[in-house]
Amino acid sequence: MELDLDKHLADASASIGGAADLDALSVVDTDLLGKKSVVTMAKRGLGDLEPDQRREMGGRLNEARATIEGLVAARRTELEAAARAVQLEAERMDLTETDRGRRLGHRHVVTQTWDRLEDLFVGMGYTVAEGPEIEDEWHNFGALNFPLGHPARDMYDTLYVDYGEPQSTLLRTHTSPVQIRVMEAGEPPFYSIMPGRVFRSDTADATHMPVFHQLEALVVDRGITFGDLAGTLEAFTTAYFGEDFTTRLRPSYFPFTEPSAEFDIQRPDGSWLELGGCGMVHPEVLRAGGLDPEEWSGFAFGFGLDRLALMRHGIDDLRELFRNDHRFLSQF
Amino acid sequence: MKVLLSWLQEFAPVDGDPAVIGDQLSALGLAVESMSVVGEGLDGIVVARVLELGPHPDADRIQIVQVDAGDGEALQICCGAFNMSVGDLVPLATLGTVMPDGMEIARRKMRGEWSNGMLCSPVEIGMGEDHDGILLLDGTLDVGRPLVEAMGLRSDVLYDLEVNPNRPDAMSVAGVARDLAACQGAPFTLPSPEVAETGGNATGRLSVEVLDPVLCGRFAARVLDEITIGPSPSWLANRLTALGMRPINSVVDVSNYVMLELGQPSHTYDLDLVAGSAFRVRRAVEGETILTLDGIERTLRAADGVVADADDTAIGIAGVMGGASTEIHDGTTSVALEMAWWDPMSIATSARRLGLRSEASARFEKGADPEVADLAMRRFAQLLGESGATLAPGMVDERGETPQREPVRVRTDRVNKMLGTDLSRDRIADLLGSIEFAPEPAGDDLDVIIPSFRPDSATEIDVIEEVARIHGYGAIERTTPRSTITGSLTQMQVDRRTVRTAMIGMGLDEVMPIPFLAPGDLSRAGLEVDGITVTNPLVAEESVMRASLRPGMLATLAYNASHRMTGLGIFEVGHVYRQPDQPQPLPDEREYLAVALAGRDAADAVGVWSALADALAVRNYGLVADDPPGLHPTRTARIEVGGAVVGHVGEVDPGVLDAFDVPERVAWFEVDLETLLGLPHGDKPYAPVSRYPSSDIDLAFEVDDDVPAAEVERHLREAAGGLLVDVALFDVFRGAPVGEGRRSLAFTLRFQADDRTLKDAEVSEVRQGCIDAVQANLPASLRG
Repeated sequence: MELDLDKHLADASASIGGAADLDALSVVDTDLLGKKSVVTMAKRGLGDLEPDQRREMGGRLNEARATIEGLVAARRTELEAAARAVQLEAERMDLTETDRGRRLGHRHVVTQTWDRLEDLFVGMGYTVAEGPEIEDEWHNFGALNFPLGHPARDMYDTLYVDYGEPQSTLLRTHTSPVQIRVMEAGEPPFYSIMPGRVFRSDTADATHMPVFHQLEALVVDRGITFGDLAGTLEAFTTAYFGEDFTTRLRPSYFPFTEPSAEFDIQRPDGSWLELGGCGMVHPEVLRAGGLDPEEWSGFAFGFGLDRLALMRHGIDDLRELFRNDHRFLSQF
Repeated sequence: MKVLLSWLQEFAPVDGDPAVIGDQLSALGLAVESMSVVGEGLDGIVVARVLELGPHPDADRIQIVQVDAGDGEALQICCGAFNMSVGDLVPLATLGTVMPDGMEIARRKMRGEWSNGMLCSPVEIGMGEDHDGILLLDGTLDVGRPLVEAMGLRSDVLYDLEVNPNRPDAMSVAGVARDLAACQGAPFTLPSPEVAETGGNATGRLSVEVLDPVLCGRFAARVLDEITIGPSPSWLANRLTALGMRPINSVVDVSNYVMLELGQPSHTYDLDLVAGSAFRVRRAVEGETILTLDGIERTLRAADGVVADADDTAIGIAGVMGGASTEIHDGTTSVALEMAWWDPMSIATSARRLGLRSEASARFEKGADPEVADLAMRRFAQLLGESGATLAPGMVDERGETPQREPVRVRTDRVNKMLGTDLSRDRIADLLGSIEFAPEPAGDDLDVIIPSFRPDSATEIDVIEEVARIHGYGAIERTTPRSTITGSLTQMQVDRRTVRTAMIGMGLDEVMPIPFLAPGDLSRAGLEVDGITVTNPLVAEESVMRASLRPGMLATLAYNASHRMTGLGIFEVGHVYRQPDQPQPLPDEREYLAVALAGRDAADAVGVWSALADALAVRNYGLVADDPPGLHPTRTARIEVGGAVVGHVGEVDPGVLDAFDVPERVAWFEVDLETLLGLPHGDKPYAPVSRYPSSDIDLAFEVDDDVPAAEVERHLREAAGGLLVDVALFDVFRGAPVGEGRRSLAFTLRFQADDRTLKDAEVSEVRQGCIDAVQANLPASLRG
């Protein structure tokens, strides 16, 4: 039987084109190119032909096979693309429906401020020291050069607790007792900050809380001067608030520093803000910490930490920090 | 302390822009709290006489006042103050006047009645603090004249200064002027009034005995005669008013004036009423009583100081308040004038206990100048002389003990080392001399005599502070020391940050409840501990220090739930305070982490703990069913790390939730951070990752409900040995076909060796070992 290859190719092309999906194409593929396909069978029969005829026929068959393979492959690509398009369409999602509400929690603004300050001072070569919130009278007052009955004790509205002798134990009114604990615990030089929680007998209002936070710094080394204090405060201020902020010191009074000063910062708009207190560590305080004031000198400064948190975010009421309203906490 | 620029200028030719002077005062440590220009913007305000007072027909709080503004006609004014009487002279802001605050006075109706101007209170015209009543003027002024002219006012600047407790000298106009003059390089001089003396010598007319030399460092007395009690001249009354004191009468006003000017309080006695004309200064007898000037009978304690008469009857409480029996009155002709120096501690104690803190006691308790009495006496006599009083010659001056004033050695080198300056000895001497610290050269250094008005200054560092202050803090060059140590956080501080980061990562918000509790809060939370109590709480709700973070956290959830915010996940890191088991100097204070997950159950809390344990690399921990107070009795476990209890995980007891009005189930987790972080953790040794394939097997056991899954896992781990690289509980199933009181626990175990591919035989041998171990040790059976 004479094989009409042209017709066969036309038929093959039609059946390949007619394969509706990949499964159908695979059947057609087997049909046209498998062991029992016309082309395969014809090739197997080439041995019966004369050499010339065999060469010619062989060439045509190979050509036909390649053509069919090409058609199948093209159809497969086509069908695969269509199947993928269907699949992808079936997977279509509206992403605006699908916020599953995964969220990070929020560090309290006081903690954020605390950590920023710690990082800044660690970068300036300071360590971070801590002390108890319930203190003894000696560390909070006596060692800081407030003798018993000293009128300056009135500057602090102290809360005492029922522990030991009456008025022997109190809620620390400032972070300064940690200065003494640092001096007791180690040997100078000291470059430390002492962030912490402090207490006063204050009725809560927009600027007062019975509980709040301070950050104290203590430097004790050989040859520390008042100029070092002023320069350190300036360096801290520009690092924390920005290059366009500056500081000034005004004489003030604290029993545990001398000379003592208030330090103010000047905002870029020219206005001044009282930030905290500072001074050279009083010789009596160095002595209370077991140090010789002729050998060592130092400075200390302290300020309210909460207020920095309020300033950063424009919060106008200190009480918000301690109300723990989710609508507040989740803003920061 | 308030000061007027014009008054300062009586002591030194200080000058400049008012704002610059304000900055100079602040830079001297006399912080300017407010500054105001007085005597300006008063054009249009005239002196008027009250002709008639009558009620407003439709308003209780307004009266109708008819005044004469100088033309003899009655002018109707509606006024909200009631302190004037017919005949009084008052300031009237006429129509068209623009007040200092910018308000323009216009004719208007108040509740239907015309008002043709406004009568002014002291505060409205910058002449005092008082805003409740109309300023009553000196009755001798000319009606109709502009107020400024009539009172001889001139434009002036009023500074309100914050004076630190160590600067009693700056509680006087002269003291402020001294500092300001030093700052401006202007000469400062105290006046030395010469007053003619007449009459009998005071030494023959009264006697003084200081029986307690500690209480009384000095008691000086003089006599003034020809006393007439009347109003003070208006210039003096104006100054008192400007500085916030109300004029009372000539004698009292002069006393206040001298105190404000020179810082020396005084007391006047009607000499004729002092029994035996004797002044005996002693401590009170416990229970002794005295009727004070304010008409109150006061019972004294032995610590109080008194001035007694010849009969030893107390006629005054030393430095605090005089007695009624010797008070000056309209008929007084001769007064004994006392100027004393009292022991600051004694005055502070008495004034506080008696609730009688005054301008005078404030100066005594901070330390007055023991040497200014002579001058102050003469000044007093000079001022009172304007009303005809005469000064008798002689002064009785008895002294007790006043602070020793030894010269202080001030080392030039020390000054510069403390301040970071390069000041010469002579420059330091000049700076000190400008505020009357008297320096004498002593080689390279100085011996400095500290003036009597600076009781705060006694040591070298005190004097160095004065050098810095007058040199100017701003003039000291700023330097920044390089830290000579390495900045770092401690491991505890690093770990605390890790804890917070882990909590934030799990979506928890950090809260910060105040650490004060109300009595009963701890027991309401089911806790059986007593908190440390506050001795002097502000309110009872804040009288107990928290012994646990739980009450604060639950109150936070309740607060938020009451604002329709439920399902919150919160945490806190904070201190708790407890009575220690053993006596120790301070209470047991430790740092805790607490987590509350509202609307979730114990399993979620366990998840938070295991994530934290992972973050901190805490190994070798276990959960052991437990029922600590306040937590859910059947859904709580204690957390043990290496056998030590570090905290609890589970849920809050539903009864406690009810007590705190928390409407949802609350998963709970708390850990003692100091104990936890004190145990080995954070160690992360490298284990090489095996390059050989692993084999997984699943084993499901039917186990009695009261056997913890952790027990099954423990036996599996022990039996599996070193080839086991992971074990996980992946399914828990209750119900048929599993028997009642039992559940199925399905584990996946992964085996792997570092050096070879495991053979099937090896795995099945280990598998069998695991099965045998669980079945042999626990009431458990392998499920088929």
